Formats: sequence, structure tokens, C-alpha cells
Amino acid sequence: MARMKFICDAERCIECNGCVTACKNENEVPWGVNRRRVVTLNDGVPGEKSISVACMHCSDAPCMAVCPVNCFYRTDEGVVLHDKDVCIGCGYCSYACPFGAPQFPSQGQFGVRGKMDKCTFCAGGPEKNGSQAEFEKYGRNRLAEGKLPACAEMCSTKALLAGDGDMVADIFRTRVIARGKGAEVWGWGTAYGSAGGPQNGQTNGTK
Amino acid sequence: MNTIHWTVAAAGLVALLGCGERPQEMGSGAKPDAPAYQGTGVAAFTAPGWKAGDANSWAQELRTRGQYGQNEYPRTQTK
Repeated sequence: MARMKFICDAERCIECNGCVTACKNENEVPWGVNRRRVVTLNDGVPGEKSISVACMHCSDAPCMAVCPVNCFYRTDEGVVLHDKDVCIGCGYCSYACPFGAPQFPSQGQFGVRGKMDKCTFCAGGPEKNGSQAEFEKYGRNRLAEGKLPACAEMCSTKALLAGDGDMVADIFRTRVIARGKGAEVWGWGTAYGSAGGPQNGQTNGTK
Repeated sequence: MNTIHWTVAAAGLVALLGCGERPQEMGSGAKPDAPAYQGTGVAAFTAPGWKAGDANSWAQELRTRGQYGQNEYPRTQTK
């Protein structure tokens, strides 16, 4: 079974915000909620890099660990989702997440009672696949349509990769070998860990 | 005498109930979710090339889509 993961290739990201726009359009995310955003590292310094950040669907997700009502669950494909009917909007997950993924809208259909909202890897939520209820609460379920997340499929430079972890890692490895640089994968070690590599909260080679 | 027996038995039963314990396993409170490979049932939005309900064909479709859409190296090298 595939294990869904995100990789953002900082060597390729041109900060066009196409991923942000694709996400907002596909899921009809309201104002004030940013499931995905582009962050510039060392902004203004020569050699600055940009990366696209959203929920990374961590292997050992801190949000799941701290949720007092256990509204989170992980699908067979490794996608971390949550049930908005169970969420009480306490905000613990927001403090626990190293990527700032949980969002707390204050108005509109997503957050009439302050329910947490985040990237779903375009996999919807615990409602009938493709139903209106699922769309209104969680957005589109592209995975159930046999598609990858809109942000990655829309990325013009293919900086943002999404899909089975083995596949996206292989694509990234091929690029690094071809260009001979840019092997740093921001967030990969934090989200998915790596043998002998950095774990949560640590940064070094693979930040 | 009979009443005393019943009273003692009832008191013992109440005392034993205190020894019971509710299960405390950590489980998700979320509603069950259908797997993605079951599809949405909406043919208009479903990508062709896989069969709803078949996990292997669904995974293969995503792999193919990921390679074709995100990996330009195989395409550039075959020409």
C-alpha cells in the first residue's frame, strides 16, 4: 500500500503561489484559512530559497498525540485526517504541529464553531466519498477520484511533489543526481524521520 | 433471616461492581471513513484507468499519474 508524502524541492520553487491558489480553488477554502502557503527562507539574502508548506501528514503526527478528543485518524495510505464533528477547536494541535498546518477559521462553512481545518492531501474526510457533506467540511476528495493533490499537480515547475513516498523520493533523488546539488529536503526528517537522520525538532542536513 | 441474606448479597454485589473498570484503550473518536480506492461513484470527475474498489489498480493509477505528471526525466530521455 502506498504511503502518501509531500516533498518540496527548494531548488525549483519559484514562489509563484500556484499551489496555494490551486488548493484554495479546489477546496473552496475561505478567506483567513491557508491550508498551504509559500515560505521564503533567508528572505532578502543571496541564495534565498522558497518552499511550499502545508500539513506533511507525519508518520508520527504530534497533532494526533495531543488531541484531547481523538478526532484524528490515519488512512491506510498514511494520510492524517480529522473528524470535524468531533473536534472541539481547542487548538492543541496548532501548538504541537511543527509546520503550522492547523488553521482555525472564525466564520463561514468551515468553521462555524471554530473547528480546525487543514490540508487533507485532497482526501476529504469521514463522510461519504465525493458527497456534498464531505466537500463542505473537508473539500474535494481527489484521491478517491484517482488523482493526486491539486497543489502538486498544478505546480508549474514540479517543485512540489506528492504521492507514494518511494516514488517522490525516487524522483527527487534523480534530480539531485542530475544537477549535483540541492539535496536538502526541508521538513522531510521532521515529518517522516529517517534512519540516522534528524527526528522531530532537530535540524541538520535534511532540515 | 432471609432478608439479611438478601441484604448481604446485594451489598456484596454493589461492592464487587466497584472492582469493574471501563476499557481505556486509546482509539480514534472519528467516524469510520471509506478507503479512497472505493471511489466516489461520480464518473464525471473520476480519472480513467482504474476500477473503483480495486486497491491495486487505484495504486497503480496514482503511481502512473505521479510519474507522468511529476517526473520529466523519463520523458525527456526517451526522445
